[in-house]
Amino acid sequence: MSMLEVQNASKAFGGIQALDACSITVEQGKITGLIGPNGSGKTTLFNVITGYERLDSGSVSFQGKLITNLTPDRVFRLGIGRTFQLTRIFPRLTVLENMHVAAQRRNAGGVLGRWSSSHEQRRALELLDFVGITRLKDMPAGNLSYGQKKLLEFAFILIAEPQVILLDEPAGGVNPVMIQHLAERIRALNQRGVTFLVVEHNMEFVMGLCDTVMVLHRGTKIAEGTPGEVRNNPAVLEAYLGA
Amino acid sequence: MKLLKALRLPARDMTDRAGLPKAAVIAIKVVGLLALLVIGVVFPPLISPDTTTTGVAVYALMFAAWATAWNIFSGYTGYIALGHAAFFGTGAYALGILCERWHIGPQLIGTGGGDVSILFLTIPVDYTPFLLVPLAGLIAGLVAVPVGWIALHTRRHTFIVITIAIFFIFQLLAENNVGNLTNGTKGLEFPYPSWVYPFYNFPFYYAMLVILVLALAVSWWVRHSKYGLGLLAIRDDEDRALGLGVRTGPYKLIAYVISAIFAGMLGGVWGYSLGSVFPQSAFDPLNDISLALMAFMGGLGTLSGPIIGALIIEWARLQFNSLSFIENSTSPGGYYLIIYGALFLVVILLLPEGIVPTLRKWWMGLLASREEQGMPADSLELSKQTAPVAVEQAESGEGVNR
Amino acid sequence: MVSIGTIIEGIILGLLSGSVYALMASGLSLIFGVMEIINIAQGALVILGAYLSYLLMQSYHIDLFVGLLLTMPIMFIIGVVIELLVIRPLKRERTMFSILVTYAVALIIEGVLILTFSNTPVTLHAWYITDSFLVGSFGGQPFYLTYAYVFTFALSVVLLAGLYWLLYRTEFGRSLRASMQNRTAAELIGINVERISAITFGIGVAVTAAGGMAFGTTRPFIPNDSYDLISRLLVIIVLGGMGSLRGALVGSLALLIIGDVTAVVWSPAWSSTVFYALLVVLLLFRPQGIFGQREGRKQ
Repeated sequence: MSMLEVQNASKAFGGIQALDACSITVEQGKITGLIGPNGSGKTTLFNVITGYERLDSGSVSFQGKLITNLTPDRVFRLGIGRTFQLTRIFPRLTVLENMHVAAQRRNAGGVLGRWSSSHEQRRALELLDFVGITRLKDMPAGNLSYGQKKLLEFAFILIAEPQVILLDEPAGGVNPVMIQHLAERIRALNQRGVTFLVVEHNMEFVMGLCDTVMVLHRGTKIAEGTPGEVRNNPAVLEAYLGA
Repeated sequence: MKLLKALRLPARDMTDRAGLPKAAVIAIKVVGLLALLVIGVVFPPLISPDTTTTGVAVYALMFAAWATAWNIFSGYTGYIALGHAAFFGTGAYALGILCERWHIGPQLIGTGGGDVSILFLTIPVDYTPFLLVPLAGLIAGLVAVPVGWIALHTRRHTFIVITIAIFFIFQLLAENNVGNLTNGTKGLEFPYPSWVYPFYNFPFYYAMLVILVLALAVSWWVRHSKYGLGLLAIRDDEDRALGLGVRTGPYKLIAYVISAIFAGMLGGVWGYSLGSVFPQSAFDPLNDISLALMAFMGGLGTLSGPIIGALIIEWARLQFNSLSFIENSTSPGGYYLIIYGALFLVVILLLPEGIVPTLRKWWMGLLASREEQGMPADSLELSKQTAPVAVEQAESGEGVNR
Repeated sequence: MVSIGTIIEGIILGLLSGSVYALMASGLSLIFGVMEIINIAQGALVILGAYLSYLLMQSYHIDLFVGLLLTMPIMFIIGVVIELLVIRPLKRERTMFSILVTYAVALIIEGVLILTFSNTPVTLHAWYITDSFLVGSFGGQPFYLTYAYVFTFALSVVLLAGLYWLLYRTEFGRSLRASMQNRTAAELIGINVERISAITFGIGVAVTAAGGMAFGTTRPFIPNDSYDLISRLLVIIVLGGMGSLRGALVGSLALLIIGDVTAVVWSPAWSSTVFYALLVVLLLFRPQGIFGQREGRKQ
């Protein structure tokens, strides 16, 4: 069953065609990798899926329902979370407060109450523990190291229990131990049924983690398959070398 | 402090950074607040009943309340709303117009009102206009809905510009006697209460005090609510907050309207205290800038900051008034402008965070250096805590994602 | 009595005075475009320029236009000084703080003017302010214009052309436009962005000397007029799109033409209000202004 489907998505910025009739499908329960040379449209694809950019043409569906051009808050509430290449957290709030921002309450009355119920508090601490930064919970998020911020971003997306998580270069700028840590976390969550779409430049990371890999080049998909298949695909090699 | 550490206080959550028990800190804060409240209540009759001081106190409380309310929007969301005086003026005019149309309150000439009876209370005619104050606030709030909705469509710096433009529109509307309501440049008359000085200032003082307490309560509640967290997230990274499900549009608008309601109420009380309002006085850009200055100086986004800022500025104004070169000058307004402007520059350039956060940081810095010097035992204690918790979780096999 | 004639009169008046506003608004747009700074003091600086012209005229009997040779460099220097003292130190959230800081500067300027000149209205005197000529006859009513309108229009055209020449035909202009497009990239290719910023601010303020003089020819003025001016200028650049010089021009003409036509057709008291209302409607559909750029969601 496809979790996320992008059909013929096109998006241009001025003279640059970032996405060119791009179609991808993300299968439920899988970890799908998305690779491609710089400028191939990976981040733009993320942006149009999550509502940060409007599509010029084409469509995006989530579990069979159209979600094209919905605003980011609605996309998130539907169950699609994402991280950013340059981690975006709330620097002036503490780590714990960051966690609670994402924990949205359904009813209006809940919004008026205190900002963390004991249930939410527990869940937030659990997640912080899951990524391993519990001891930093009262620190202003702006003071965290780059790697810690990445973990925080990962954690607070989880608090809303998304079904699909889009990770934009999770291993970028992070030390090998942390990369391992992240990969383990992703696998652990995947075991519990979370679908992943991961954009990465770190080939080892992608090949070791993903079930399927898709390759974007100049805004369109040029290859798809298992890591092994993609690695040996001549078109892919040419795209990387030629681009 | 060493004694407390020796007592091996249990979980770290029970103490704040300073090592003082959280319960004690809260107790101190509450007692302090109550003390201030008591002082505030007895101030006019017992401490300083002379007209000048109470007059200044009325203004000080007014600005403190206004700055606190302004902070609910601008401090928490980070959108600097200049032109807020538009709502203040709206409230002032609203109260005046209502009093005129509904015959509330004593009048010098013609159709005044009488005492009003509500349930078992009879409210003397002089006090009846105060009943309309919340309504004046609501009117200002209603006006703020479309204004805010339009203004918040724009990004941050355009927003500031729009609020300034809107402010001048309001002033123009008042001058042009829109809908034949405002009497244009001739000004609007308010009912004249029969009180005499020094008592005259007292009811206004208490009215302002009530509004201040209310504003503070709302500000505190917002700050500690889920809603407030959303606002702060908007301040830090609005688009990110949106992407995490925070309904940024309605959140911002509601905060804007809340702050406008308070401004309206304050305007109403102020109008009544003066007896008449004019477009230039009700919509005074200097008020606007004073407001921003007070909030910035005290600390944007903090609870006590705007109040402290307001008190400092008003006290400073009292001092300025008595300086000889100002008293003797033909256009003291000029001096005020220069001083306000210079002060504002100094605050923005040297203390951009404001007094309260700077003090807090300085205090934290002190504590941090003390922690470093003092207590290796501290870190041991911490690791002892996290280890058992981690082990516990691993053993129970608690999953994180269902 | 509203006739085509009166409307044409309104349009002509709007065009002539709009050009002056265009000059002042261009200064604002230029500053914003290069530095992402909103100079709220622009209105106060215009009035300062007007008073400077007044001073030269009154004490030294220097003709207003000739006086510009002095007032413009003076204002340029004032602009540079403001940039160095008050804008340069801003580190984070520059745009927002620049608004507050320049607002403070505006207050100071106004305060100084009040102390120096008090609040009694002041007028500029020159033959071209009082003498007028017959433009034509519309619908039986003769239409007179003072020479001042025409001269200031010519001045604005000349200065705007000069600005255009500076931006598009000189080395400096190229660097300036590069800084406008991408500050970091400009720095990387060796453009001294700091120096350009200071000079840009200076230019943006220097034009207020001309604007002030022109403003002064139309009516008696007091320091308090700075508020009305800055609100108009801000509205113009928001309408036209912040940072767009074309927008400044179009916005100014739109504001003044619509305003003057309204004044002639309806009443002067409502001219600003009508305009503001139109601005609001525009913003609902196009929050970035006519020529402004839509800020996409940050990624």
